[in-house]
Amino acid sequence: MSKIPLNTPVLDPRIKRVDLESTYGTTAIGENEHWISWEVFHQKKRGDQHVHVGIVHAPDAQLALLFAKEQFGRRLACVNLWVTKSSDIFSFSYDDEDIFDNATAPEKQYREASGFRVMEKINRYKKSKQKA
Amino acid sequence: MYGGGYIQEEKQEATSPIDDSQKLAEFEARIDRGEKIEPHDWMPADYRKQLIRMIEQHAHSEVIGALPEGTWITRAPGFRRKLALIAKVQDEIGHAHLLYSAAETLGKSREQMINDLLTGKSKYSNVFNYPAKTWADVTVIGFLIDAGAIVNQVANSKGSYGPYCRALERICYEESFHLKQGHDAFITLATGTKAQHDMLQDALNRWWKPIMHFHGPPDKISEHTAKLMRWKVKMATNDDMRNQFLDMYVPKILEIGITIPDPNLKKNEATGQWEFSDPDWDEFKRVINGDGPCNAERLAVRQYVEEHGKWVRTAMMNPNQKVVIPFA
Ligand SMILES: [Fe+2]
Ligand SMILES: [Fe+2]
Repeated sequence: MSKIPLNTPVLDPRIKRVDLESTYGTTAIGENEHWISWEVFHQKKRGDQHVHVGIVHAPDAQLALLFAKEQFGRRLACVNLWVTKSSDIFSFSYDDEDIFDNATAPEKQYREASGFRVMEKINRYKKSKQKA
Repeated sequence: MYGGGYIQEEKQEATSPIDDSQKLAEFEARIDRGEKIEPHDWMPADYRKQLIRMIEQHAHSEVIGALPEGTWITRAPGFRRKLALIAKVQDEIGHAHLLYSAAETLGKSREQMINDLLTGKSKYSNVFNYPAKTWADVTVIGFLIDAGAIVNQVANSKGSYGPYCRALERICYEESFHLKQGHDAFITLATGTKAQHDMLQDALNRWWKPIMHFHGPPDKISEHTAKLMRWKVKMATNDDMRNQFLDMYVPKILEIGITIPDPNLKKNEATGQWEFSDPDWDEFKRVINGDGPCNAERLAVRQYVEEHGKWVRTAMMNPNQKVVIPFA
């Protein structure tokens, strides 16, 4: 690991202030030392749904809320945030994506408003009345 | 900032495990259709590896990129400039958080990434190995380095990996303020007193080479761009991004009476391509590999911060620990 050679002109005041030589070169971050992941949900205004916006790392829910406020609540409108542990989220696998194909399948038109054409029938009726 | 758009290459490519060819075909078809890839989808090992490297380097660039500007907060001229700079530096650290989270979805933990930064194993954008000697340097960074990063980030936000695209969308929104405040400070110096104008000209003269390096070596000497473009990991080549940057920003520099220290810089109207002197790619390589004016200083500051923040992190990991009242 490289050390700052003595008499290098250094511009960062933090280096000028401390004797960096004595503390430098040994740091390694332990696993989970930067904490676990939390999913953040953002509510733009009262009455809106909370919408997922991203992740923060925190040791507990309180700090997760604090970091979420800094990350996702410091710009743009916000009235409320939720956090939940990422590990508490259950989801389908994208491998099973096709189980949802049914939702928009053409043969399911009988349960859509657009699947019913009343005007055609009304017009046909009106026409037949006129002829009569 | 600050994804340089240039994915620093590893010396020796580890041989990737052989990927399932049918799955690979499906994967590529999905990308061709413009679909996004999500963390738990099947993906080629090399796609995962290149994305980790790219997003990780981008995250490190945000962290290290905040250092040269961060040191100028106390010395920024005036209260409004200080406030804007504080907000910008906070944004950059926020970008790093967003990007580390995106990279983690690919299987490398944040701790591993930070350790690789601290040991010098992972790279970050090369421009931050140069010093910000005066306030004018900060305006050059805020205007032109952020501008270069935006060209790259806007392109990449249309890439194929869902979590990275989502992070970039948010980042790009904040970058628009970075660019504007940098442009404002840049114009203020350029159109101010002679001393201010000269200070800015001097800063731009020193920064021009790193700015030309920003988007990475020319396409003809950078490897495996084709595959990364096919997989929409990279959305534009280094040369294309540099050309787009010059198109947009050279006029904005010249219109306020600042000159560019390269007599050969001109646009070839026939090809639409900018032509310029060789910006010394050997220096670029030297600096990336550790031998730049500020490499050691940047890592030393990161080391210092990690080490001296450790007790805070540890304390917060044990919220139930009883407070011990001192004996005397
Ligand atoms: Fe920025
Ligand atoms: Fe940024």
